[in-house]
Amino acid sequence: MTTHASTAPGVAAGAASADVRQPRRPRGSRLERRRQRWGWLFVTPFLVVFALFLVFPLFYAFGMSLFTSTLATGTTFTGIENYVKAFSDPLFMEGLLRVAAFAIVMIPAQLAVALAAALVLDSLTSWLSKLSRLLIFVPYAIPVVIGALMWSFLYSPKFGPSATIFSAVGLPTPDFLASDTVFGSLVNIVTWQWSGYYMVVIYAALRSIDPSIYEAARIDGANGWQTASRIKLPMISSSMVMVITFALIGTLQFFTEPVVLRNIAQGAIDAAYTPNMYAYSLAFSYSQFNYASAIAFSLGALVFAGSYLFLFLTRKQSGLK
Amino acid sequence: MAIFANDTAPNDAFTTVTGVPGHAYRGPRGKDRRSGGRRIGSHVFLIILAIYFIVPIWWLFVAATKDTAGLFGSPAFWFDGNFAFFSNVAELFTHQGGIYWRWLANSFLYAFAGGIGATILAILAGYGFAKYRFRGRNGVFGVILGSVMVPLTALVIPTFMLLSQYGIINTPWAVILPSLLSPFGVYLMRVYTQDAVPDEMLEAARIDGAGEIRTFFQVALPMLKPAIVTVLLLSVVGTWNNFFLPLAVLTDPQLLPVTVGLNRWTALSNAGAGGEQVWNLITSGSFISVIPLVLSFLFLQRYWQGGLAIGSIK
Repeated sequence: MTTHASTAPGVAAGAASADVRQPRRPRGSRLERRRQRWGWLFVTPFLVVFALFLVFPLFYAFGMSLFTSTLATGTTFTGIENYVKAFSDPLFMEGLLRVAAFAIVMIPAQLAVALAAALVLDSLTSWLSKLSRLLIFVPYAIPVVIGALMWSFLYSPKFGPSATIFSAVGLPTPDFLASDTVFGSLVNIVTWQWSGYYMVVIYAALRSIDPSIYEAARIDGANGWQTASRIKLPMISSSMVMVITFALIGTLQFFTEPVVLRNIAQGAIDAAYTPNMYAYSLAFSYSQFNYASAIAFSLGALVFAGSYLFLFLTRKQSGLK
Repeated sequence: MAIFANDTAPNDAFTTVTGVPGHAYRGPRGKDRRSGGRRIGSHVFLIILAIYFIVPIWWLFVAATKDTAGLFGSPAFWFDGNFAFFSNVAELFTHQGGIYWRWLANSFLYAFAGGIGATILAILAGYGFAKYRFRGRNGVFGVILGSVMVPLTALVIPTFMLLSQYGIINTPWAVILPSLLSPFGVYLMRVYTQDAVPDEMLEAARIDGAGEIRTFFQVALPMLKPAIVTVLLLSVVGTWNNFFLPLAVLTDPQLLPVTVGLNRWTALSNAGAGGEQVWNLITSGSFISVIPLVLSFLFLQRYWQGGLAIGSIK
């Protein structure tokens, strides 16, 4: 903003010359064409990568998914058969339901931690609050694989502290890696890893609110809780929508944490635990690339549709059109 | 949440601000806003949260100083009598010919090549979309924005098949090239460029005779620094973190990034016999591998704290 002010003469000159130039069509359109070319030049490098590594793979996956190859018959065109198979495949459907369940539990858990932390941090200015903000964020800087490895050590009955802790208070040691508890164990890992990042986004949004609004609310007799729920929350709704969208996309393609935890919990986490794991094992353990493509493409389409629907439903909150 | 509700209930804190001259605007953000009781509650809440987030990292630090016997036999959250960190590091240099350091170097190479490349592409494209009106701009940008919602892991299997047709599977390129794709980076750069670089300044530079390239480098680029650091951090972290892609496209142990390598050691240690159990190397290797990124986040605080919110604030 300061740079803007310091170049005021330049700005004035620019504006004036633009006014003069406007009516002269022919010269303007040549300039227009030159500008058009430069615009394309700037975006082309990205568009090449975009085409090669996003558009093309998507079409390629879709193309692959329409064929079936077997040793006996070779590769044959089978149309939507792989999709019919996928959506009646209990392994795929269970995986889909499981990631949906993860989304329902995990996103509110992360959001609650992130929002509570951000609101509390926004109300404090002490060194302790600054330090806490940093500590809460640190897990984001740790690779997901390492985070999951650390937690798998902590959950492990061999290394973990749980036996010591629980026997100290006279309770039986829970098995964090049994088939009915591993869901919660995974929710904990993801919440630990990502809440800090969401907290920083929400916190920055809170800091951007003009504090004179709080003054007005105070004069109107609003208490702290009312200020938080009626003013702060609605004013950061666009950030909340963004955070939820990211969390949703991330959760539906759940892969790394269950794969790492599977090292020590093979009984509780099978190879088709999430749709992505299923696609991976179909492709790399069974070489069923056509069917794996159908699964990957279906998952991609569902995630896209799901997040699009979410953004559509919240367009009023997010300000997106 | 309960702690929090308790914590903000009393509103008498606000009354302390009234009548203090000069605090009319910044007042509610200042110290006067909070009085004793609620601050203690808030701090207790924060300390509990901070402990939850830091304890696993503390565990990793402690575990990195133990040998395998210590890992099994001593309290999880405190040091063993035997400080084995340096002998672990030495063993990392000898185990499988010091392959761990190779993995770490690979991670650096992939993260920086992929991250810097993705950032450059995002800066150029963001600037192009923000500052040039060309035919098809809105359509193309709409497609890119929509692609933010395409889960990148859904692309791993087709990317693997494509790359193996071109014969670059199992080379560093197989990880670096797909990592150049960052539609979200383009979106962030466009939003930021639109607000931070006034059209009038570009116009003024052009009138002064600067070409489009010089205008970009000398006028626009310096104003984009905060967004550049943010996009760079996000894409370096993204590539450093990536697990699915390298897991799929790399099989040569010499090419693995540290994430996939350590996961492989863990799988072997869990499945294998005594000789393959390298728990002490897994913990000390994990600890060493998280240091660079944690440190860069600490030193670059100034940038990411505001930058991560770009694009989310209206």
